[in-house]
Amino acid sequence: MSQKFPADLSEFTVPGHSRGIIDALSYRYLLRLLIRKGTLTRYHGSVLGWVWSYVKPAAQFLVFYLVFGFFLGLNKGIDNFPIYLFSGMIAINLFGEAFGNATRSIVDNTALVQKIYLPRELFPISAVIVAFVHFLPQVLILVIVCLFAGWVPTLVGIASIILGMLIVVTLAIGLGLFFGAINVAFRDAQNLVELILLFATWTSPVLYAWTMVADKVSPWVFNLYLSNPLTSAVELFHAGFWFSTTTGSLPQPPHLAAFSLIGLLISLIILAIGQLVFKRLEGHFAQNL
Amino acid sequence: MPRTSDPALPRIIIDSVDKTFILRHTHSFKESFIAKLQKKKTTTSFSALSDIGFTVQEGESVALLGYNGSGKSTLLKLISGVMRPDSGRILTRGRVAGLIEVGAGFHPDLSGRENVYLNAAILGMNKDEIDRRFNDIVEFSEIGEFIDTEVKHYSSGMFVRLAFSVAIHTELDILLVDEVLAVGDAPFREKCKKKIQELTDQGKTMLVVSHDVDMVTQVCKRGIVLRDGKVCFDGAVNDAVASMQGNGA
Repeated sequence: MSQKFPADLSEFTVPGHSRGIIDALSYRYLLRLLIRKGTLTRYHGSVLGWVWSYVKPAAQFLVFYLVFGFFLGLNKGIDNFPIYLFSGMIAINLFGEAFGNATRSIVDNTALVQKIYLPRELFPISAVIVAFVHFLPQVLILVIVCLFAGWVPTLVGIASIILGMLIVVTLAIGLGLFFGAINVAFRDAQNLVELILLFATWTSPVLYAWTMVADKVSPWVFNLYLSNPLTSAVELFHAGFWFSTTTGSLPQPPHLAAFSLIGLLISLIILAIGQLVFKRLEGHFAQNL
Repeated sequence: MPRTSDPALPRIIIDSVDKTFILRHTHSFKESFIAKLQKKKTTTSFSALSDIGFTVQEGESVALLGYNGSGKSTLLKLISGVMRPDSGRILTRGRVAGLIEVGAGFHPDLSGRENVYLNAAILGMNKDEIDRRFNDIVEFSEIGEFIDTEVKHYSSGMFVRLAFSVAIHTELDILLVDEVLAVGDAPFREKCKKKIQELTDQGKTMLVVSHDVDMVTQVCKRGIVLRDGKVCFDGAVNDAVASMQGNGA
């Protein structure tokens, strides 16, 4: 069969090709609706509904406070330990929720992925944003408690908190793209992610103070510890919410600003790698699901 | 941009496209290990499409015919972008919308109204377009007052009617139809056929996969017959139907 193709193909597009996250973000209206769907249906059919968003962290907080603050005596070592604990905990919770949701997002949307072409990055991104919406009530509680403890918000403090959130969200999208893409062919990814999340709680100073790590390990291990983007994020939350309510008996870790920028840089690199892997594997999603 | 309205410019170009599926028989290390021991093959490759090439002109309505497993649906998935060809290229011009298993994006816990907005957005419409067409969509679906009820309470007929109605009302240049016309009761099917006819009359480009010979001969002018992943006939739709039935028996 002889075929005559037009010489000028500039008006044509290749179906199924996108520019990744950038294209996904241009579907702003759909993204909004997907987020709405995620938040509306999250507690669908439960009587307490969004109250669970308060109950779960409250219960978690209670257990940690009892064990670490009371039995292990951190209450005395760290000023305002409840605020210290809760501000770190919500940072890690945001990461866990966002990363976990994003990892499952492609498999959860099997029907759509197999039938209609959309920039598939939409699913992990909306999953992360849904997790962020879900995190806001926890921030609200924290702010109220902090105000009672004599917290005065400062510009630097707010900036630290926002930078912390930015690091967590960037990291969660990057890792979510990576593991979400792998999860399509190998559901092992889902289990691996749970393992990573288990480590995340303990490899950053949520339940203890950074000084305890610094005392025990050699300097280069400690630097590695501080380079963990989640450590920076947790410390940025501490800096924003907790530090100003204390007498300063537990100082902030050294070079927090520098390590925060390193953390942000690492998160951005992970985001780039995640996007690259996602794009490579995307072509096989429909047939592997 | 001098030649935007060039009438000779096709809507779909398919250029020597191949698609092979690799079926994995083993899904874990244990299974692969046992399969190795028993010297069984762990994968089979299956050529779904080989060396497909044709173009579809502006305003043409083309029926893709063929028996089960001939690669029709795979070809539609390649054109919609859900899958990518292994080699060759596919190019489309304008907005592609698929009536491919309608209702894929429906969420049972959301109301009909919310699902209309969500799915229309999934199919590529923006808020203004949906607002403008919302009443048409509801009217066509005959859902009426149930539009604010959660979709899980709908009968299967209502569900399909609403889903179809959303899909058919999207703004599009190229419509891909896969077997969905077998939905609903006879009057609704008739209505769908009429709507599709209307779209062809408006000069929309259409690619239809269906086993309903009566319908495709009514709606389409050109027919392409696929057999074992190859094009074996391309011409007038009546001849295509005859070719498929003549050789297939």
